This record gives sequence, C-alpha cells and structure tokens, in this order.
Amino acid sequence: MSDTTPLRRTPLHAVHVEMGARMVPFAGWDMPVQYTGIVEEHKAVRQSVGVFDISHMGQFIVSGKGAEAFLNRVLTNNITKLQPGQGQYTLLLNSKGGVIDDLIAYRTSEREFFLVVNASRIDADWAHIESQLTKDDDVMMANASDFTAGLAIQGPKAREVAAKIFGNSDSFPEHNTILVTMTENGPMWLCGTGYTGEDGFEFFMPAESAEAWFRKIVDAVKAEGGVPCGLGARDTLRLEMGYPLNGNDLSEDRSPLQAGLGFFVDLNKDNFTGRDALVAQKNAGLPDKLVAFRMTGAAPPPRPHYPVAHANQIIGEVCSGTQSPSLGAGIGMTYVPLSAAGIGTTLEIEIRGRRFPAEVVKKPFYRKPSV
Amino acid sequence: MSNVPDNLRYRDSHEWIDPMQDPAPVGITDHAQAELTDVVFVDPPKLGTQVSAGQQVCVIESVKAASDIYAPVSGEIVTINEALSSDPGLLNRDPYLGGWIFKIKTSNAAQADALMNAEAYRKHIG
Repeated sequence: MSDTTPLRRTPLHAVHVEMGARMVPFAGWDMPVQYTGIVEEHKAVRQSVGVFDISHMGQFIVSGKGAEAFLNRVLTNNITKLQPGQGQYTLLLNSKGGVIDDLIAYRTSEREFFLVVNASRIDADWAHIESQLTKDDDVMMANASDFTAGLAIQGPKAREVAAKIFGNSDSFPEHNTILVTMTENGPMWLCGTGYTGEDGFEFFMPAESAEAWFRKIVDAVKAEGGVPCGLGARDTLRLEMGYPLNGNDLSEDRSPLQAGLGFFVDLNKDNFTGRDALVAQKNAGLPDKLVAFRMTGAAPPPRPHYPVAHANQIIGEVCSGTQSPSLGAGIGMTYVPLSAAGIGTTLEIEIRGRRFPAEVVKKPFYRKPSV
Repeated sequence: MSNVPDNLRYRDSHEWIDPMQDPAPVGITDHAQAELTDVVFVDPPKLGTQVSAGQQVCVIESVKAASDIYAPVSGEIVTINEALSSDPGLLNRDPYLGGWIFKIKTSNAAQADALMNAEAYRKHIG
C-alpha cells in the first residue's frame, strides 16, 4: 500500500470507533483488528458467536443467457453443478494457472450469479473477468462492491442470532446456500458460508442499511454471550482451519494444485482459463506444495516471511503463521518440496536468527471437540 | 484507567523500572499490556549481557505482533524472570509484580532519574 493512498472506510467505520475497536490498515481499508482482544474474540466464535464487518469484500453480479457458460470458462470449479440457491468455492486463474483470487460463486437464479471476492483483489478480478468477455457472450456484469456492506455472523450460536434478528428460524441459509430478499434500499443476500470453521452465515446488504443491522446484530450476539470481532480473530480462526488467505498462501505464481485446492478445480469440464497449465503441471509433477506445520516446543509464534529450513537448508518462508488460541501453539503454512511435505516431517522456522523445530501436520489444525 | 504506580520510572516506549531496587526489575506497563493484549511468548534477553539505555534487549509476542523491549538504563542483565517462559500471560495479569521481565545491575544510576516519573507517564499515555 502506498502511504499516499487514503484508506477506505466501510459504512460501519464510525460505529467500530465508537465501540472501542482498534483500527488498522488492511488491503487498503481502515478495518477493526480487535475490540477487546484477539484471543477473547476468537474463543467467543468457537464457543458462542461473533460478528465481523466484511464490507471490504467485493460482490459481482454476472447475469444473462450466457452467464453460466462464461463463468464456467473463467472459474475452476464446475458451475453447472449449481442449482439456483446453491454456491461453491472456486478460483480465478491466470493463463499460467496462477491464482488471481479465490471466491465463492452462488447461483441466485437460472441466469444470475453472485460472486464474493477478496477486498484486495476487487479491481484485479473485475479487470480479469471482463477481459475474457467476447462479443458473442450474452452476459451482463455489475460490480456491487461499493454500495454493498457485509457482516459475518459465526459460531455455534449463529442460528439463534439469525432467529432473533429476522424474527423467524427460516431465514438461516444452510451451508453453501444463498437466500436473496428485496428490501426498499435494495437486495440483501444471506449466504451460508464463513471463514472460521464454525456454523454461521455471511449477510450482504445495501450500505445504507448496514449500521442499523450491525447494531441489532451486536445486541443479539451479546445476548448469546458473544462479541463483535476484528480481523485479528478472523485470521487466527481461518488459519486454525487451514483456510488459505490470498496474498499470504495464494499467489499468481502458484497453482491451486500446489495450494492443495485441487478439489475445487474440475479438470474434466470444458476448457477454462489456466486449465492447460494445470494439466501440464499435473503431468510434470508439482514443484512444491502448501503444507501445515505446528511448532513442536516452546517458540515465538511463526509469522509470514520467516525463513523455513529442512535438513539444515533454507527451503522457503512462512506464508501464514500465528499463535493458535485454541491449541496454545504456533501454527502456520508454507510451500515445501514434495520430499519435505509428508506428515511428520521436521521443519525449522528461523525467528530472529534462531531456528525452532516444527512438524508438518494434517489440516485442519483445529477440530471441534465432539459432543 | 490503567494503573501507573508512583514508585516506578517509565520510558516513553512503555517499559517501567524500579530504581529503588538493586538490581532493578524491568517490565512493561499496565497500559502497554492492555494495548498488546494476550502476550503468548517472551523472548528473554541473554543473561550477563551489557546493554546501553535505549538498546533493544528482548521481544514480547502477542497473537498479532512482536514488540521490541528497550533497556531503560545501561547495565548488565543479571536475572531473567523464568516464570514467563511457561506463563507469558503473567505480563497481562500482573505487569508490575509477577510480570517483571529481567533485572538489571545499573552502571549509571543517574539515567533512571532522567526517565519519566508516574505523573509524566500518565500524561504521556493521556
């Protein structure tokens, strides 16, 4: 981020400040990193419920007779599998198979799709998708990002919050589904998704409705023993699940196969951007792979860009890393050659010139205790 | 309101020192621990090192960030608070007593007088 670019503010900026949040720059936005503390907010989401401002995220609406075929050509997952009301995690690749963004695509009707993209990639995604439109495509694209706010309600008590704020229990979108409602200010989208590993939903609405909804939801969340949460807890929650963050774990230089996201790439469907490169990479063998690691002894938390060593050689750097509040241990993800990718492989993380042992582990780092 | 004991001296980077003790314990203030929240690791200074006032001597890690800790005065690091290695949360719960980080054998007693007193530090954190 250049220092001269003013940070953007979500419609809830003043409310965050009023509620005592600490604001930090993130992806060009001035966002709350925490209200009371990352660990407290993290635990609230694991045990009861939390609400996050995700208004910085982007929303595109792609519609028309050719929308399905067009998006199937642009995105990696098979969008023809979606019935109206269903969504899927998918990826937008460059022609070399590198990841431009990871996103969720919903089919809101037979001929209309709702895409939720990362804040830092809104402009790049829009340009890249639009550049693949041809005059033969019967497709309309609309960027709703600037006038759409978003809230993520996450945690085992998210259903109670939904029932309270909507006044009924039918308004809870099940996992990977979407409910669209028209209001006087514009559409509201209720999406059964999240970035925490907990039950919950993401709620996108017209910017002018955001403050009233946020206050109402914060009250409902607190009544369930939860708290408003910042991006700090969002990051520790997603990393405990092993979910990648674009910019840390995904980049235009690496493919979704290297990132372990092959499940969301349908190589059997018709051609899509990046497919040839992925097939070639698959045939040649992956040069490296994103693995999860856990610090094995007392160590400072691993953080992005710390060097990673294996067998006394530096082989890469930490992509995402933090102290896991649920496990009380340092956790992270890093790209390593396949020879060092096996579960149980010993790695070393270099922190301020000293090396601390870590071990390659299975994802997710955190599993909900069975009741 | 954060707690600022009258008997201590303070650096603008939020370390405290108790100059009435010899060697003098050093820690971070209640204000600093509240800002950091959730200390998860203390990377202690090396025992026996000679440090100068203002020198970075160790690192405190919260979930979100690593923060440098600076020596309030010049001298030798003579004791490390071992309790912090198994319970770094002491820094949050008890920043002025159980949460001291190291003790320093001061080589220049006048340096502590030049640090902020409680009243000046209260103004500093406003």
